[in-house]
Amino acid sequence: MTMLLKVDKAVKEFGALRVCNEISFEIQAGEALGILGPNGAGKTTLLNLIAGDLPLTSGRILFNDQDVSGQPANKRCTMGIGRTSQIPRPFTGMTVYENVLLAAQYGRRKSEADSYHVCRDVLALTGLLPLWNTVAGNLRLLDRKRLELARALATQPSLLLLDEIAGGLTDHEVHDLLAILRQIRAQGVTIIWIEHIVHALVSVVDRIIAIDFGTLLIEGTPDEVIHSETFRQVYFGIDTDLEPVT
Amino acid sequence: MVARNKSTPIPIVNTMNREYRLIAFGVLAVVIIIALPQLGGTGLPRQLSDLFVFISIATMWNLLSGYAGMVSVGQQGWIGLGSYATIVIADDLGASLFVSVFLAGIFTALVSIPTSWVVFRLRAGYFAIGTWVVAEVFQLLVSSSTGWLGGGAGRSLASIRGFVRSTSPETFALTTYYVAAAIAVLSIIVVYSLMRSRVGLGLTAIRDSESGAASLGVNTTRLKLIAYVVAAGMTGIAGGIIAVMSINVRPDAAFSVQWTAFMIFITVIGGIGSIEGPIIGAVLFYFIRNQLSSYGEWSFIVLGVIAVVMMLVAPRGIWGLIQQRTHFEIFPIRRLMPRRLLMENTPSTGEAP
Ligand SMILES: Nc1ncnc2c1ncn2[C@@H]1O[C@H](COP(=O)(O)OP(=O)(O)O)[C@@H](O)[C@H]1O
Ligand SMILES: [Mg+2]
Repeated sequence: MTMLLKVDKAVKEFGALRVCNEISFEIQAGEALGILGPNGAGKTTLLNLIAGDLPLTSGRILFNDQDVSGQPANKRCTMGIGRTSQIPRPFTGMTVYENVLLAAQYGRRKSEADSYHVCRDVLALTGLLPLWNTVAGNLRLLDRKRLELARALATQPSLLLLDEIAGGLTDHEVHDLLAILRQIRAQGVTIIWIEHIVHALVSVVDRIIAIDFGTLLIEGTPDEVIHSETFRQVYFGIDTDLEPVT
Repeated sequence: MVARNKSTPIPIVNTMNREYRLIAFGVLAVVIIIALPQLGGTGLPRQLSDLFVFISIATMWNLLSGYAGMVSVGQQGWIGLGSYATIVIADDLGASLFVSVFLAGIFTALVSIPTSWVVFRLRAGYFAIGTWVVAEVFQLLVSSSTGWLGGGAGRSLASIRGFVRSTSPETFALTTYYVAAAIAVLSIIVVYSLMRSRVGLGLTAIRDSESGAASLGVNTTRLKLIAYVVAAGMTGIAGGIIAVMSINVRPDAAFSVQWTAFMIFITVIGGIGSIEGPIIGAVLFYFIRNQLSSYGEWSFIVLGVIAVVMMLVAPRGIWGLIQQRTHFEIFPIRRLMPRRLLMENTPSTGEAP
């Protein structure tokens, strides 16, 4: 296996607030990595640093052995980093199909005609095909989440970043989502998945890192992490104001 | 998540005839443009030239603000610069009168590139104010040239006299009419082509979520620059024909914020974010303006009230109301999935395991 992404002492500060504190980890091509951590731990910020939505305060991000720290988000997307956002950002005035078409046309630099099959496939995979001609502003939350995933997939990423994609879904919907994520993995896509629903996360990922207060606490197989003392303390320990995992 | 696939039928839209309808409307428009001057005397072409100017400048404001989400109140800057550039190119540099009008657009497009470096640093409301400040600076610069450009008293386009002398007043009025019509048609073709291209999809995405667009590979700065420069260039050309239609070009009139107020009124009334909207709005504004001409300053209050009521009652203007009821469109901008793709069986990647 070859290293796809290396996060090297990533630091992000908002003024005096240090949200990411020298976080380092690597991910191999084809691997799926889970990220756990309580609300406000800095998980979304870390994803934003990897995707280029926020600049690093210090540290480096290497993608395919290339330093991408200075590259803007759109460049990283065309290099193969796709992402979904925790709060969906649909193009509300465009239809579902146009949302996905835009991702295929810009993320992969394809013509409209060359994008048709990619669009149809990702819409079918995410269950949005019947809604293809619906204006995205009229979608309910679940479908907006599906659209986030469909758009990210339409850029045909080699690394897919997922931010709480299962949040707010019913058990049945989570079950369907897991089937989709396994298919994406089977196509060789590397995945980094932030999720609070531990049993779902564990069933898909090979490795987990846990973060709290912007610091990487523990890294290991799902089994190792979930049964570790550190993890229990963060989630069930003395800090009662932290939200327990369901 | 895929369960719904099986139960809900996939809507299939008739994609046929969309282009044919547009071509039919285009032919009809050209016939009307050629036929209209035959109806009235010499006054009619002159009046209708105004209408074409309104269509052009509102279409460009709509590209910038309605489609790309960059609300500008400084478009009068390009009208003023375009007017003065036409005078300089025709009278001082000796280019032929109507060619100068289009060269003026190239000039304003070039000037808009460095000004974008300033205004693109500003967001939303600050962007709008920034565009206004840029237009004010242009006016100050032009006014300060008392010798060359005539300062506050303005300067006239002398080449018109030469044109009239070598032809006739009627030929001049008719040529102006056709050039104004050509500029309006060109504006519409430019916006339509942009919106049908990848650029248009990207601009609409930026309007709805700039960060979302960037995450999907859209170079947001470059696309916004394209819209900004195109709008500046085409509005500059409109400024050129305005100079041809004016006896004297004065900085306070050429750079008046009134121009942008007209653009906003026309687009809001007709329907923002559609190509049909500014055309309908311009026709309406043309008639309303003639009705209100006797009211002086009061006409602006009436226009303002109409615009505000329209925004409250029908945010997408008259065209929005028509579309809501009839789903009719002249310019097909929406992307549709090809019918054959929807008819095909779900591919292997789309099946739940
Ligand atoms: N743009 C920002 N400016 C200031 N503080 C921020 C910003 N974004 C996030 N934060 C803060 O950083 C911390 C981590 O946020 P986030 O990365 O969203 O956490 P998580 O995704 O783990 O819930 C929070 O305390 C949040 O308030
Ligand atoms: Mg988060």
